[in-house]
Amino acid sequence: MNTYSWIQLGFYFVVLVALVKPLGSYMAKVYQGERTFLDPVLAPVERFVYHISGINPRSEMTWKIYAVAMLMLNILGLIVVYLLQRLQGILPLNPQGLGAVSPDSAWNTAVSFTSNTNWQGYGGETTMSYLTQMLGMNVQNFVSAATGMAVLVALIRGIVRHTAKEIGNFWVDMTRSVLYILLPLSLVLALALVSQGVVQTFSQYQTVSLIQPSAGNEAQVIAVGPAASQIAIKQLGTNGGGFFGVNSAHPFENPTPLSNLIEMLSILLIPAALCYTYGKMVGDTRQGWALSAAMTVIFVMVLGLAVWSEQRCNPVFAAIGIDQTQTNINPGGNMEGKEVRFGIVNSALWATATTAASNGSVNSMHDSYMPLGGLVPMWLMQLGEIIYGGVGSGLYGMLAFVIIAVFVSGLMVGRTPEYLGKKIEAYEMKMASIMILVPVVVVLVGTAVAVISPAGKAMIFNPSAHGFSEVLYAFSSAGNNNGSAFAGLGANTPFYNTALGIAMLFARYWLAIPTLAIAGSLVRKKKVPESAGTLPTHTPLFIAWLIGVIIIVGALSFLPALALGPIVEHLMIFR
Amino acid sequence: MKNKLRPAITLLALLTLFTGVIYPLVVTGLAQVVFPHQANGSIIIVDGKVYGSELIGQQFDNPKFFWGRPSAVGYNAAASSGSNYGPTNPALLEAVHARINALKAADPDNLLPIPVDLVTTSASGLDPHISVAAALYQVRRVASARGVSEAEIRSLVEKYTEGRQLGFLGEPRVNVLLLNLALDGIQ
Repeated sequence: MNTYSWIQLGFYFVVLVALVKPLGSYMAKVYQGERTFLDPVLAPVERFVYHISGINPRSEMTWKIYAVAMLMLNILGLIVVYLLQRLQGILPLNPQGLGAVSPDSAWNTAVSFTSNTNWQGYGGETTMSYLTQMLGMNVQNFVSAATGMAVLVALIRGIVRHTAKEIGNFWVDMTRSVLYILLPLSLVLALALVSQGVVQTFSQYQTVSLIQPSAGNEAQVIAVGPAASQIAIKQLGTNGGGFFGVNSAHPFENPTPLSNLIEMLSILLIPAALCYTYGKMVGDTRQGWALSAAMTVIFVMVLGLAVWSEQRCNPVFAAIGIDQTQTNINPGGNMEGKEVRFGIVNSALWATATTAASNGSVNSMHDSYMPLGGLVPMWLMQLGEIIYGGVGSGLYGMLAFVIIAVFVSGLMVGRTPEYLGKKIEAYEMKMASIMILVPVVVVLVGTAVAVISPAGKAMIFNPSAHGFSEVLYAFSSAGNNNGSAFAGLGANTPFYNTALGIAMLFARYWLAIPTLAIAGSLVRKKKVPESAGTLPTHTPLFIAWLIGVIIIVGALSFLPALALGPIVEHLMIFR
Repeated sequence: MKNKLRPAITLLALLTLFTGVIYPLVVTGLAQVVFPHQANGSIIIVDGKVYGSELIGQQFDNPKFFWGRPSAVGYNAAASSGSNYGPTNPALLEAVHARINALKAADPDNLLPIPVDLVTTSASGLDPHISVAAALYQVRRVASARGVSEAEIRSLVEKYTEGRQLGFLGEPRVNVLLLNLALDGIQ
């Protein structure tokens, strides 16, 4: 760690925090149906959408209807993405003449993009036509992100309203999320990225002759495409699915340190700002700041571990005289699978941010990280991606932990637990438990099945403990809708495509539906006036308690599995 | 259930139109007008001849050129990938040994320590840059292969060194393709 490392980390946090309040209060306006500065342009478009679709924006839904609407839109999206991949060979906008994607891969990818996971078993430039990327991936990047935000907003309404039934109109929340938040931000970001060198064209791949040609290697085919528009939303919507195979490590996807900074900011921007939106909507911004404080504390702790682990020397390399010392002309550290323009600190910061959120884009190859450097992203996913987390999904996952924390503390002092004036009872507790346990079961059972089945073992790339880490990482990623990978694992096989597809479906909808159920239950309850026995949920004490609950649940669930992978590998290197 | 189908279908169709058609077309249109060079791949064209992309590295193993990062895909810019070797994989150590041997064979008397980025593969397999240390390590070899003074080569390296962006972002680095083009007198 040199001065520049500290400056870059510090600058990242300062800019992020500075953006939270303006964007957060703007989003609160959007979801409360208030007027915004974009209304003159967007309000007519919004009315047009409702008119054509036969939506009455003033009629609201109970939680069950809200859930049905959400599922229908998502299932339709899944079918469209599947068909686009299967039929791309005969559809237009396919200058490279790419053929149909195999059924298992198409299923995996369709689930992956509708569930906001963006796990990619395929390499973008060798598999997907421009049409599939635009109408399939790009659209689901918006729709899946907006779905997460809609579910969160419905939950917030459940907390805020009392003795009511309805939690909002799903179609309206979707439309406003896309039109007022995701599209304008994406447009600005996409153009900023193009200015740095991200490609945006519909022409076919470029062929150039080489400066130093050799036998059988005289020309270079350079993949291009409409990348910037997709990259902007994949960063903002915590999607993470790259246009190119290596995602934001590709120089056309992330060409400069500045493009890297704004892509990294985009990962956490909306999830962090939604904490403020939350505080605003529940009428007490301290509640939002408290949650983001808990998130930030955990984030900074594990970020430190990741940067330290990657920047220190690999003893194996040190033994053969390789210079891994960080200086002003040498990035040093573990540069295997990292790009020179980013160096260590920007790679480790990205890896931490992308797994804290459910983004899953990468700018370095996590599979080549040092054991503890690889443990950090894995564990952040296993915590359920609630450290900022996915857009919407991160905060509703965090609120499940809040319910658990409030409930446990209530039991300790022998009072009925309550949160923001609502009694937390057995039903909410059951739903919150489902939300926390389902991903744990999916990850651990999936990993166990994979490492005892021949089809699962056959595709492991790295030997020994690291091979186990590859499988554990894959199921941690799919089982929490992240999408990043220890990419050595050959996951584009029927076994992994099917198994990980199922994991992604469970992780997404078995969290979203219980969330809506909690919303439906809370919205019916009376508001309990605050009393001397009420546990305040904005104090440092509560923040510390919440962090404790998260770490205990996360550590207890996954420490045994982590011991078999990264921890044992660490002990093998640093004896 | 059925009265939810119509909004679901039309809303998906409209969102597809907005986010899948209009949005990428608007971005493409603006990008092609405002930043045409970047939007089309930052292609290097000198006197009508195309030499590559500023952002995409190429394979170099001739001693008279600077070598870039090792690439897991041989700089195949239509199928990017990293090596994905874990830190304990014996194959990684073997590959690194082979790269050290190649560097030593091309410049046996070079006693400088080998910078780590020169013997490890990049994430994309297309990294256009090497660290300044990795460029300085190669100055001696390139100078003797070309029969020019080290000072001349070193000043060229300095010329093609990019500092941290805005003074503090990223790492100082050298663009290998641009540097090699300059060695051949193409600028």
